[in-house]
Amino acid sequence: MKDHMNHDAYPDNYIRGILNGVKSIAMVGASPVNVRPSYFAFKYLAQRGYDMIPVNPGHVGKELLGKPFVASLSDIGRPVDMIDIFRNSSHIMPVVEEALTLDPLPKVIWMQLGARDDAAAAKAESVGIKVVMNRCPKIEYGRLSSEISWMGVNSRTLSSKRAPAPTQGMRLSLNRMSVGGGDTAASDRAAKNKTEQS
Amino acid sequence: MSDRLPGFSTLAVHAGAQPDPTTGARATPIYQTTSFVFNDADHAASLFGLQAFGNIYTRIGNPTNAVLEERVAALEGGTAALAVASGHAAQVVVLQQLLQPGDEFIAARKLYGGSINQFTHAFKSFGWNVVWADPDDIASFERAVTPRTKAIFIESIANPAGSITDIEAISTVARKAGVPLIVDNTLASPYLIRPIDHGADIVVHSLTKFLGGHGNSLGGIIVDAGTFDWSTGGKYPMLSEPRPEYHGIRLQETFGNFAFAIACRVLGLRDLGPALSPFNAFMILTGIETLPLRMQKHCDNAKAVAEFLAGHPAVASVSYAGLASDKYNQLARKYAPKGAGAVFTFSLKGGYDAGVNLVSKLQLFSHLANVGDTRSLVIHPASTTHSQLDDAAKVKSGAGPDVVRLSVGIEDKEDLIADLEQALGA
Repeated sequence: MKDHMNHDAYPDNYIRGILNGVKSIAMVGASPVNVRPSYFAFKYLAQRGYDMIPVNPGHVGKELLGKPFVASLSDIGRPVDMIDIFRNSSHIMPVVEEALTLDPLPKVIWMQLGARDDAAAAKAESVGIKVVMNRCPKIEYGRLSSEISWMGVNSRTLSSKRAPAPTQGMRLSLNRMSVGGGDTAASDRAAKNKTEQS
Repeated sequence: MSDRLPGFSTLAVHAGAQPDPTTGARATPIYQTTSFVFNDADHAASLFGLQAFGNIYTRIGNPTNAVLEERVAALEGGTAALAVASGHAAQVVVLQQLLQPGDEFIAARKLYGGSINQFTHAFKSFGWNVVWADPDDIASFERAVTPRTKAIFIESIANPAGSITDIEAISTVARKAGVPLIVDNTLASPYLIRPIDHGADIVVHSLTKFLGGHGNSLGGIIVDAGTFDWSTGGKYPMLSEPRPEYHGIRLQETFGNFAFAIACRVLGLRDLGPALSPFNAFMILTGIETLPLRMQKHCDNAKAVAEFLAGHPAVASVSYAGLASDKYNQLARKYAPKGAGAVFTFSLKGGYDAGVNLVSKLQLFSHLANVGDTRSLVIHPASTTHSQLDDAAKVKSGAGPDVVRLSVGIEDKEDLIADLEQALGA
């Protein structure tokens, strides 16, 4: 690919485009335990209308919020737009390699907060897959729709446009026009330093 | 356009405040309500379990307060913020997340007198032990570090004398010790100094002062820089360990770079209770919209008043970092190039009695215990804000018996100088 994505600071439009574009999301490492971050994110994204598929070999035969667990990506048996990987950085590569055997290929590979594997990312990007690392889709959705502002979080967006009132099951105002807001450069720098040390 | 970074004044007006989705109201509405209805039982359970973003009860969060939180987070360059009832409340909520009984924190000796009292007496009764260090001697912070040290606390511009703290040097000590640096940025406001740019991990404010700016509403705020890794070594169990209050959630792994602000909300504000009134949040938000304009005028007036006092025969000395001759002028040029703030002290040749005489004769300066008002204020710290310290501690904190503190307002500077001239002259 000609343009290399800066994985330390993604443009809002890149994330917005992904969250608006994908319909189905396979979550690798989804947990049925209701205090785990993967459970939070799975439930939140399901409520926003995404077609969620839980992938976890330890829970095959059970369901997560009515969706049956599958053991692996190849067991899904239908095209999937995005793979959301809830695994530590050291377990990313095999999941990406499996994702690259799917036909059709997924459009997006997303690695959760704290997870980053630049070599795996480069592999996926070389076949045209968009990659996001060390982010949470729930937090990014909440941020770009301003829903997360209810928690006092810096959404890093400004807008003079009225957003539709949020209701359950609807996609929040991801398309509301906004401009960049207050940056969080210090936090981005700290994350980068941590990645470089590890 | 969408990834262009806006300037400070734009953020001061817009950050956090979008048209109300229900009514289209452009000014931020005052959501004067205790509670918020749930969509259904599952929504309620999701909110209580921290699985969904939303409003439950104003002691945990409120939409008006949330606008204030996002705005200050954006102005400071932080990832998130939590508004509370006062600056003192901000300090107790922050340290509750960091210290267990028996732990220590290092604090600069030059602090607001109320903070010195809070740290020395109230926090001692919680088993949180303050260890004092001298902000003019960075090595004294290094020497104070022990295995029980959990945080370092400083003021960016220190009360009462307006001295400037070398934030970067102290942040280096904090990083080496593996503890967060907390900076009270009340006297500078983010318009003059953004401590996060200089290595602060947590910023606290009394919103009552320059941010609100009009002397009409109490408030405090905690800003999370999103820079500190809370997961190492189990040193900060409120953030890194499963929380029994929330069925075993680990806040850092769930909330990433704004986990500290969430901990302050769901473990601190929820359980200790110092919630900010939404009405106060509205008043403070309105004040923040003009922060850049006011702060510049405060600084320009303060410099003119300090220069006048420095040349007056009744004045023994002026401590204002904006004066070229001041001991802190180099640090002021580095950290606060737009101005050295508007709170400073001076001492009178006539000592304590001359101070009392001056305060009684001033006609525009109000004699009261606050700073950061549109109005100019005067106080004699030794008999008020610092009165509970012994004489040696008074001198060490810059509040000796001959010292008068000013908070210069945004009136016409000629009128302020004329008022001081008549009060000093007779």
